[in-house]
Amino acid sequence: MHSFGYRANALLTFAVTILAVMCAMASLSDNFNSPTPSAQVQVLNINWFQKHQDGNDEVSLALNVSANLQSLFTWNTKQVFVFLAIEYETPMNSLNQISLWDGIIPAKEHAKFWIQTSNKYQFVDQGSNLRGKDFNLTLHWHVMPKTGKMFADKIVMSGYRLPQEYR
Amino acid sequence: MGFIGETVDSVKSIQIRQFLSQVVSFGMIVTSALIIWKALMCVTGSESPVVVVLSESMEPGFKRGDILFLHISEDPIRAGEIVVFNVDGRDIPIVHRVIKVHERLDTAEVDLLTKGDNNDEDDRLLYAQGQSLRSKVREQVLEHDVRHIEEKLEEI
Repeated sequence: MHSFGYRANALLTFAVTILAVMCAMASLSDNFNSPTPSAQVQVLNINWFQKHQDGNDEVSLALNVSANLQSLFTWNTKQVFVFLAIEYETPMNSLNQISLWDGIIPAKEHAKFWIQTSNKYQFVDQGSNLRGKDFNLTLHWHVMPKTGKMFADKIVMSGYRLPQEYR
Repeated sequence: MGFIGETVDSVKSIQIRQFLSQVVSFGMIVTSALIIWKALMCVTGSESPVVVVLSESMEPGFKRGDILFLHISEDPIRAGEIVVFNVDGRDIPIVHRVIKVHERLDTAEVDLLTKGDNNDEDDRLLYAQGQSLRSKVREQVLEHDVRHIEEKLEEI
Protein backbone atom coordinates (compact mmCIF):
# COMPACT_ATOMS: atom_id res chain seq x y z
CA MET A 1 0.00 0.00 0.00
CA HIS A 2 2.93 2.30 0.48
CA SER A 3 5.27 1.04 -2.17
CA PHE A 4 6.75 3.43 -4.69
CA GLY A 5 4.56 2.05 -7.45
CA TYR A 6 1.29 2.72 -5.64
CA ARG A 7 2.31 6.21 -4.61
CA ALA A 8 3.53 7.13 -8.06
CA ASN A 9 0.28 5.89 -9.57
CA ALA A 10 -1.85 7.81 -7.11
CA LEU A 11 0.16 10.98 -7.65
CA LEU A 12 -0.01 10.73 -11.40
CA THR A 13 -3.76 10.11 -11.43
CA PHE A 14 -4.36 13.06 -9.16
CA ALA A 15 -2.12 15.32 -11.25
CA VAL A 16 -3.85 14.39 -14.50
CA THR A 17 -7.28 14.92 -12.96
CA ILE A 18 -6.33 18.35 -11.66
CA LEU A 19 -4.89 19.25 -15.06
CA ALA A 20 -8.11 18.23 -16.78
CA VAL A 21 -10.19 20.28 -14.34
CA MET A 22 -7.98 23.34 -14.85
CA CYS A 23 -8.21 23.04 -18.62
CA ALA A 24 -11.98 22.81 -18.41
CA MET A 25 -12.16 25.89 -16.16
CA ALA A 26 -9.85 27.84 -18.46
CA SER A 27 -11.96 26.92 -21.45
CA LEU A 28 -15.18 27.92 -19.63
CA SER A 29 -13.71 31.28 -18.67
CA ASP A 30 -13.84 32.21 -22.34
CA ASN A 31 -17.62 32.38 -22.12
CA PHE A 32 -17.37 35.44 -19.89
CA ASN A 33 -15.71 37.42 -22.64
CA SER A 34 -18.15 39.41 -24.78
CA PRO A 35 -16.24 40.49 -27.85
CA THR A 36 -16.96 43.65 -29.85
CA PRO A 37 -15.05 43.27 -33.09
CA SER A 38 -15.28 45.73 -35.94
CA ALA A 39 -14.17 45.59 -39.55
CA GLN A 40 -14.31 47.52 -42.77
CA VAL A 41 -13.36 46.47 -46.28
CA GLN A 42 -12.97 48.69 -49.31
CA VAL A 43 -12.52 47.47 -52.84
CA LEU A 44 -9.93 49.92 -54.10
CA ASN A 45 -9.70 48.71 -57.65
CA ILE A 46 -10.54 45.90 -60.02
CA ASN A 47 -7.08 45.18 -61.38
CA TRP A 48 -8.36 42.94 -64.12
CA PHE A 49 -11.38 40.86 -64.99
CA GLN A 50 -10.92 38.17 -67.64
CA LYS A 51 -12.42 34.96 -68.91
CA HIS A 52 -10.05 32.04 -69.24
CA GLN A 53 -9.81 29.72 -72.20
CA ASP A 54 -11.65 27.02 -70.26
CA GLY A 55 -14.59 29.36 -69.72
CA ASN A 56 -14.02 30.38 -66.11
CA ASP A 57 -14.05 34.02 -65.06
CA GLU A 58 -11.22 35.38 -62.99
CA VAL A 59 -11.00 38.67 -61.12
CA SER A 60 -8.09 40.37 -59.44
CA LEU A 61 -9.00 42.95 -56.81
CA ALA A 62 -7.08 45.45 -54.74
CA LEU A 63 -8.51 45.60 -51.24
CA ASN A 64 -8.20 47.69 -48.16
CA VAL A 65 -9.02 45.74 -44.99
CA SER A 66 -9.10 47.37 -41.60
CA ALA A 67 -10.29 45.63 -38.46
CA ASN A 68 -10.11 45.71 -34.72
CA LEU A 69 -10.29 42.23 -33.25
CA GLN A 70 -8.59 42.99 -29.97
CA SER A 71 -11.70 42.26 -27.90
CA LEU A 72 -11.60 38.62 -29.05
CA PHE A 73 -8.39 37.91 -27.19
CA THR A 74 -8.47 36.44 -23.69
CA TRP A 75 -5.65 34.91 -21.70
CA ASN A 76 -6.81 31.56 -23.09
CA THR A 77 -6.37 32.54 -26.74
CA LYS A 78 -3.58 30.95 -28.72
CA GLN A 79 -4.21 32.60 -32.05
CA VAL A 80 -6.95 34.03 -34.22
CA PHE A 81 -7.15 32.97 -37.84
CA VAL A 82 -8.81 35.70 -39.85
CA PHE A 83 -9.77 35.56 -43.50
CA LEU A 84 -11.78 37.58 -45.97
CA ALA A 85 -14.17 35.60 -48.13
CA ILE A 86 -16.20 36.70 -51.08
CA GLU A 87 -19.64 35.13 -51.25
CA TYR A 88 -21.99 35.10 -54.20
CA GLU A 89 -24.65 33.04 -55.92
CA THR A 90 -24.72 31.64 -59.45
CA PRO A 91 -27.35 29.71 -61.43
CA MET A 92 -25.45 26.45 -60.94
CA ASN A 93 -24.31 26.99 -57.35
CA SER A 94 -26.46 28.17 -54.47
CA LEU A 95 -23.36 29.31 -52.64
CA ASN A 96 -19.82 30.16 -53.66
CA GLN A 97 -17.32 31.13 -51.01
CA ILE A 98 -13.79 32.04 -52.03
CA SER A 99 -11.14 33.11 -49.58
CA LEU A 100 -9.31 36.15 -50.91
CA TRP A 101 -6.91 36.82 -48.09
CA ASP A 102 -6.06 35.31 -44.74
CA GLY A 103 -3.75 35.95 -41.85
CA ILE A 104 -2.87 34.64 -38.45
CA ILE A 105 -3.03 36.99 -35.46
CA PRO A 106 -0.81 35.57 -32.74
CA ALA A 107 -1.38 38.20 -30.06
CA LYS A 108 -3.64 41.05 -29.00
CA GLU A 109 -1.18 43.73 -30.12
CA HIS A 110 -1.49 42.60 -33.72
CA ALA A 111 -5.26 42.38 -33.68
CA LYS A 112 -5.88 45.95 -34.73
CA PHE A 113 -4.70 46.17 -38.30
CA TRP A 114 -5.02 47.95 -41.60
CA ILE A 115 -3.71 46.30 -44.74
CA GLN A 116 -3.79 47.05 -48.39
CA THR A 117 -3.36 44.04 -50.62
CA SER A 118 -4.44 42.39 -53.81
CA ASN A 119 -6.16 39.05 -53.39
CA LYS A 120 -3.82 36.40 -52.03
CA TYR A 121 -5.76 33.57 -53.59
CA GLN A 122 -7.17 33.38 -57.09
CA PHE A 123 -10.74 34.46 -57.45
CA VAL A 124 -11.92 32.05 -60.15
CA ASP A 125 -15.54 31.21 -60.77
CA GLN A 126 -16.93 27.85 -61.88
CA GLY A 127 -18.12 29.17 -65.19
CA SER A 128 -18.60 32.66 -66.45
CA ASN A 129 -21.16 34.27 -64.16
CA LEU A 130 -19.31 37.20 -62.69
CA ARG A 131 -20.19 40.12 -64.94
CA GLY A 132 -22.30 42.58 -62.99
CA LYS A 133 -22.47 40.14 -60.09
CA ASP A 134 -23.49 41.37 -56.64
CA PHE A 135 -21.39 39.92 -53.87
CA ASN A 136 -20.78 40.03 -50.12
CA LEU A 137 -17.44 40.40 -48.47
CA THR A 138 -17.34 38.56 -45.17
CA LEU A 139 -14.56 38.83 -42.63
CA HIS A 140 -14.41 35.51 -40.76
CA TRP A 141 -12.36 34.77 -37.70
CA HIS A 142 -11.62 31.44 -36.05
CA VAL A 143 -10.39 31.65 -32.49
CA MET A 144 -8.05 28.86 -31.40
CA PRO A 145 -7.90 28.76 -27.60
CA LYS A 146 -4.99 27.35 -25.64
CA THR A 147 -7.40 24.81 -24.17
CA GLY A 148 -10.95 24.14 -25.26
CA LYS A 149 -13.09 24.11 -28.33
CA MET A 150 -12.44 26.41 -31.28
CA PHE A 151 -15.17 28.85 -32.18
CA ALA A 152 -15.77 31.17 -35.08
CA ASP A 153 -17.78 34.20 -36.07
CA LYS A 154 -17.97 36.70 -38.88
CA ILE A 155 -19.01 40.15 -40.07
CA VAL A 156 -20.89 40.29 -43.37
CA MET A 157 -20.47 43.38 -45.53
CA SER A 158 -22.75 43.51 -48.51
CA GLY A 159 -23.43 45.90 -51.32
CA TYR A 160 -20.49 45.23 -53.61
CA ARG A 161 -20.78 44.63 -57.32
CA LEU A 162 -18.45 43.52 -60.08
CA PRO A 163 -18.26 45.50 -63.31
CA GLN A 164 -20.51 44.60 -66.21
CA GLU A 165 -17.71 44.21 -68.72
CA TYR A 166 -14.37 42.46 -68.76
CA ARG A 167 -11.33 44.69 -68.46
CA MET B 1 3.78 -41.22 -3.41
CA GLY B 2 0.15 -40.34 -3.12
CA PHE B 3 0.96 -37.38 -0.87
CA ILE B 4 3.56 -35.96 -3.31
CA GLY B 5 1.19 -36.53 -6.17
CA GLU B 6 -1.55 -34.68 -4.30
CA THR B 7 0.73 -31.73 -3.48
CA VAL B 8 1.95 -31.42 -7.06
CA ASP B 9 -1.61 -31.52 -8.28
CA SER B 10 -2.79 -28.81 -5.91
CA VAL B 11 0.18 -26.54 -6.77
CA LYS B 12 -0.41 -27.02 -10.47
CA SER B 13 -4.11 -26.20 -10.17
CA ILE B 14 -3.33 -22.95 -8.29
CA GLN B 15 -0.80 -21.95 -10.93
CA ILE B 16 -3.14 -22.79 -13.73
CA ARG B 17 -5.96 -20.85 -12.07
CA GLN B 18 -3.75 -17.81 -11.53
CA PHE B 19 -2.49 -17.97 -15.04
CA LEU B 20 -5.97 -18.21 -16.49
CA SER B 21 -7.15 -15.41 -14.27
CA GLN B 22 -4.37 -13.16 -15.55
CA VAL B 23 -5.15 -14.03 -19.14
CA VAL B 24 -8.80 -13.16 -18.63
CA SER B 25 -7.92 -9.84 -16.96
CA PHE B 26 -5.64 -8.94 -19.80
CA GLY B 27 -8.30 -9.87 -22.30
CA MET B 28 -10.80 -7.66 -20.46
CA ILE B 29 -8.49 -4.67 -20.63
CA VAL B 30 -7.88 -5.10 -24.33
CA THR B 31 -11.55 -5.54 -25.14
CA SER B 32 -12.52 -2.54 -22.98
CA ALA B 33 -10.16 -0.41 -25.03
CA LEU B 34 -11.72 -1.77 -28.20
CA ILE B 35 -15.23 -1.13 -26.86
CA ILE B 36 -14.36 2.47 -26.01
CA TRP B 37 -12.90 3.01 -29.48
CA LYS B 38 -15.94 1.54 -31.24
CA ALA B 39 -18.29 3.50 -28.99
CA LEU B 40 -16.44 6.69 -29.92
CA MET B 41 -16.84 5.78 -33.57
CA CYS B 42 -20.58 5.37 -33.02
CA VAL B 43 -21.05 8.54 -30.98
CA THR B 44 -19.06 10.80 -33.28
CA GLY B 45 -20.15 9.09 -36.49
CA SER B 46 -16.61 9.27 -37.77
CA GLU B 47 -14.44 6.41 -38.98
CA SER B 48 -11.47 7.57 -37.00
CA PRO B 49 -12.58 9.78 -34.14
CA VAL B 50 -9.05 10.46 -32.94
CA VAL B 51 -6.24 11.42 -35.31
CA VAL B 52 -2.70 12.66 -34.85
CA VAL B 53 -1.41 15.70 -36.72
CA LEU B 54 1.34 14.42 -39.01
CA SER B 55 2.84 17.51 -40.62
CA GLU B 56 3.59 21.14 -39.82
CA SER B 57 1.21 22.45 -42.42
CA MET B 58 -1.18 23.95 -39.84
CA GLU B 59 1.34 25.67 -37.58
CA PRO B 60 1.22 27.58 -35.31
CA GLY B 61 -2.29 26.31 -34.60
CA PHE B 62 -1.67 22.57 -34.74
CA LYS B 63 1.76 21.15 -34.15
CA ARG B 64 3.07 17.78 -35.25
CA GLY B 65 2.03 15.14 -32.75
CA ASP B 66 -1.10 17.00 -31.60
CA ILE B 67 -4.14 14.80 -31.07
CA LEU B 68 -7.43 15.85 -32.63
CA PHE B 69 -10.92 14.71 -31.70
CA LEU B 70 -13.28 14.64 -34.64
CA HIS B 71 -16.98 14.27 -35.13
CA ILE B 72 -19.45 14.21 -38.01
CA SER B 73 -22.44 16.50 -38.25
CA GLU B 74 -25.04 17.18 -40.89
CA ASP B 75 -24.24 20.89 -41.27
CA PRO B 76 -22.81 21.90 -44.63
CA ILE B 77 -19.11 22.62 -44.91
CA ARG B 78 -18.25 26.30 -45.15
CA ALA B 79 -15.09 28.22 -45.91
CA GLY B 80 -12.72 28.53 -42.99
CA GLU B 81 -13.62 25.25 -41.38
CA ILE B 82 -10.92 22.71 -40.70
CA VAL B 83 -11.51 19.33 -42.30
CA VAL B 84 -9.70 16.01 -42.00
CA PHE B 85 -9.69 13.88 -45.10
CA ASN B 86 -7.89 11.06 -46.92
CA VAL B 87 -6.95 11.36 -50.55
CA ASP B 88 -8.29 8.41 -52.50
CA GLY B 89 -5.92 5.51 -52.26
CA ARG B 90 -3.84 6.90 -49.41
CA ASP B 91 -4.26 6.32 -45.70
CA ILE B 92 -2.66 9.48 -44.37
CA PRO B 93 -5.20 11.85 -42.81
CA ILE B 94 -4.71 15.44 -43.96
CA VAL B 95 -5.78 18.24 -41.65
CA HIS B 96 -6.31 21.45 -43.63
CA ARG B 97 -8.63 24.42 -43.85
CA VAL B 98 -11.29 24.90 -46.54
CA ILE B 99 -10.62 28.02 -48.59
CA LYS B 100 -13.12 27.61 -51.43
CA VAL B 101 -16.65 26.26 -51.46
CA HIS B 102 -18.90 25.81 -54.49
CA GLU B 103 -22.19 24.32 -53.36
CA ARG B 104 -24.57 23.05 -56.02
CA LEU B 105 -28.07 24.40 -56.12
CA ASP B 106 -29.84 21.20 -57.17
CA THR B 107 -27.82 18.33 -55.71
CA ALA B 108 -26.09 17.77 -52.40
CA GLU B 109 -22.69 18.01 -54.03
CA VAL B 110 -20.12 20.52 -53.02
CA ASP B 111 -16.69 21.25 -54.48
CA LEU B 112 -14.00 22.22 -52.03
CA LEU B 113 -10.46 23.43 -52.14
CA THR B 114 -8.30 23.15 -49.04
CA LYS B 115 -4.99 24.58 -47.91
CA GLY B 116 -2.80 24.23 -44.87
CA ASP B 117 -2.41 27.47 -42.92
CA ASN B 118 1.36 27.18 -43.01
CA ASN B 119 1.59 26.14 -46.67
CA ASP B 120 2.14 28.59 -49.49
CA GLU B 121 0.25 26.50 -52.02
CA ASP B 122 -3.24 25.10 -51.85
CA ASP B 123 -3.92 21.38 -52.08
CA ARG B 124 -4.63 21.07 -55.80
CA LEU B 125 -1.53 18.98 -56.37
CA LEU B 126 -2.39 16.76 -53.44
CA TYR B 127 -5.66 15.75 -55.06
CA ALA B 128 -4.16 15.41 -58.53
CA GLN B 129 -4.20 11.98 -59.97
CA GLY B 130 -4.94 12.79 -63.54
CA GLN B 131 -6.19 15.63 -65.58
CA SER B 132 -9.67 16.29 -64.39
CA LEU B 133 -9.97 14.63 -61.05
CA ARG B 134 -13.21 13.73 -59.39
CA SER B 135 -12.47 11.78 -56.31
CA LYS B 136 -14.87 10.83 -53.59
CA VAL B 137 -13.25 11.69 -50.35
CA ARG B 138 -14.57 10.71 -46.98
CA GLU B 139 -14.24 13.82 -44.93
CA GLN B 140 -14.26 14.08 -41.22
CA VAL B 141 -14.31 17.59 -39.96
CA LEU B 142 -13.22 19.14 -36.74
CA GLU B 143 -16.16 21.34 -35.88
CA HIS B 144 -18.67 20.51 -38.59
CA ASP B 145 -18.71 17.47 -40.76
CA VAL B 146 -20.20 15.92 -43.80
CA ARG B 147 -20.91 12.45 -44.97
CA HIS B 148 -19.83 12.53 -48.53
CA ILE B 149 -17.94 15.13 -50.49
CA GLU B 150 -17.02 15.19 -54.13
CA GLU B 151 -13.80 17.03 -54.76
CA LYS B 152 -13.11 18.45 -58.13
CA LEU B 153 -9.78 19.68 -59.37
CA GLU B 154 -10.24 23.37 -60.08
CA GLU B 155 -9.07 24.36 -63.51
CA ILE B 156 -6.54 27.11 -63.40
